[in-house]
Amino acid sequence: MRSYLYYPGCSLTGTAKEYDLSVRALAEALAMDLLEIEDWTCCGATAAQAVDTGLAVTLCARNLALAEKTAAKASDDGDPPSDILVPCSACYLNLKASDKELEKNKSIKAMVDGVLAEEGLVLGGSVRIRHLLDVLSRDVDWEGTGHGLSAPDMTRSLAGMVVAPYYGCQCLRPFRVFDNPEDPHSMDAMIRATGARVLDWDMGKECCGASHGTTKPSAGKMLTERILFAAQGAHCIVTVCPMCQMNLEMFQDRAHPVPVLYLPQLLGLALGMSGQDLGLELNLTDSRELLGG
Amino acid sequence: MSGKANPSPGVEHILDRVREQMNPCIQCGTCSASCPNQEFMDLTPRQMWRMVLAKETDTLFDSLSFTMCSACYWCTLRCPRGLPTTHAMEELKQAGALMARPKTRSSDLFYRLFLDNVRQYGRIREMELMGRFFLGMKNPVTPIAYAPLGMALMRRKKIWPKLPSRGPGKLDQLFDGVAAGGDR
Repeated sequence: MRSYLYYPGCSLTGTAKEYDLSVRALAEALAMDLLEIEDWTCCGATAAQAVDTGLAVTLCARNLALAEKTAAKASDDGDPPSDILVPCSACYLNLKASDKELEKNKSIKAMVDGVLAEEGLVLGGSVRIRHLLDVLSRDVDWEGTGHGLSAPDMTRSLAGMVVAPYYGCQCLRPFRVFDNPEDPHSMDAMIRATGARVLDWDMGKECCGASHGTTKPSAGKMLTERILFAAQGAHCIVTVCPMCQMNLEMFQDRAHPVPVLYLPQLLGLALGMSGQDLGLELNLTDSRELLGG
Repeated sequence: MSGKANPSPGVEHILDRVREQMNPCIQCGTCSASCPNQEFMDLTPRQMWRMVLAKETDTLFDSLSFTMCSACYWCTLRCPRGLPTTHAMEELKQAGALMARPKTRSSDLFYRLFLDNVRQYGRIREMELMGRFFLGMKNPVTPIAYAPLGMALMRRKKIWPKLPSRGPGKLDQLFDGVAAGGDR
């Protein structure tokens, strides 16, 4: 058993509910204990940075301080967890970039400390921000090497299935942490562990257009379609970001329709979980054929 | 120096920061070559940095190019001088938002409503945000284009209508504190 602090982020309470459901289900199967950060609030998404850097950093800092508070409370039952697991790539990058900014920029740190003190919060800098894919690829033993949390038996083989791993941008860049941002492969081992084959393509690291999908749909659609066209031949695309997932599902009218799953949904299926446990009926794309096969 | 009158002190302050960050730019164009949005821009990232450094920002702000950055971080990753290009682009967006130009109304409005929503509820209420965005755009076509998606999300109970709550916001203290510089 290993404990992680958990920051779901706003999307996982709404349009990406199935991501939250499947992360929690997978964590349980992998003997990971997720401690949701108490009273967490929005990380600021792309909006705060586009308006005010100080606000962007403070919104993240509040959550980091709350994470430390949640960890301290949990320390009665042994070692306090120090890693925050973040499934959303945008939340991950915001939290991480803010953490770095607070480390090096003393004037912002002083401002943030002042604001947080009004709420009785203190920022000690003792937590590490980690993307879900970082945790899954480095803390879990998918290949039976004997290092890390052991992966349970895959009771439903996905042999015959071709999976397109779509990483998106912000879990890879700008911070090189767990994968090569020019040529990512961190999903390969876990996808292979399910019995499925990894699609050989080079669009897994390209941009889906992110918030262009809402504010500049024609540009957003063009970027997303390039990825969808390149995924032809795959039975499904797996992603680790709610915004990418939404764009890839939303712009399928001209591309060959393909189910877009969150990575934990695919892994959960191979671990024998039901579509319902994993929230598959909540995806906008239809994945019933995957289950039938 | 720019011929047109203006930038506000806020805009100048931001541009000073961008100049400081981008001063070592050697105009190699790796950022432009790496940008997936370049085809939607009339100025390339490399040209934008040159304009900022040369204080020729009228053309820059007449263009929508910097608003086309989708924060994919390819340029930041590859910049041979290690400059924070994506962050500098965010700062140009901040400056652009301060100018309140009709051309960037849709992103400016979206960001403002997004932050209002965060301030009020702490966590985003997606349906209320999109509803207010469509109302604010005053363009009847936009909501119709998104109607099928909205219906699909409602059927799955991923978004749900909820009456807006007024009264004090969840993060009023934080927003006011940041506005006051943290030392109230």
